[in-house]
Amino acid sequence: MTIHLKREDYDKMISHAFAQIPEEACGLIGGRIEGGEKYIENVYLLTNIDHSREHFSLNPKEQLSAVRDMRKNGWEPLGNWHSHPESPSRPSQEDIRLAFDSSASYLILSLENQTAPVLNSFHVEKGEVEKENLVLE
Amino acid sequence: MKIVVAGTAKEVKDGITIAELIKSEDVEMPDYVSVSVNEEFAERATFETAALKEGDVVEFLYFMGGGC
Repeated sequence: MTIHLKREDYDKMISHAFAQIPEEACGLIGGRIEGGEKYIENVYLLTNIDHSREHFSLNPKEQLSAVRDMRKNGWEPLGNWHSHPESPSRPSQEDIRLAFDSSASYLILSLENQTAPVLNSFHVEKGEVEKENLVLE
Repeated sequence: MKIVVAGTAKEVKDGITIAELIKSEDVEMPDYVSVSVNEEFAERATFETAALKEGDVVEFLYFMGGGC
């Protein structure tokens, strides 16, 4: 799977993630699927209700509000994103265990090296992780 | 009757319950899915009995969380 992310949305994600340090930041991605590829049209910044540096949970009311906005714009939910303030950009065992939606892309932004953030996208299904082709444009 | 499920208009049987809809839509990992009807979260305890109505707008929302 190839997933396209606009530079402005990447910058928005980065800014929010830095602002939430030391906690994990999180949110949703919404957009289009065309020709078997995902095009992110908006990155939604949601509250990590765990307020933790090691865990995140999306705020369900904000999640619903974001999905409502996607529908209004003719988009669909494409997945979620969260930051790893102090660890690499790869799904943890907890990330894998809690990846219930196999149609979702799971974006993980590592701020382990704050001068060189790393963002990757993953497909997770039945405990198996596959890196997706994330294209910044 | 017609309802909207995850952004798509669908024809379903009259009075379909949320639980029946979850099954017919083949929702993955249903124990971890919240359901909203007309932008209000439905109580899980009502899934088996709550009948949907013509024009209802339903969303399935997965719990989303993790850790590093």
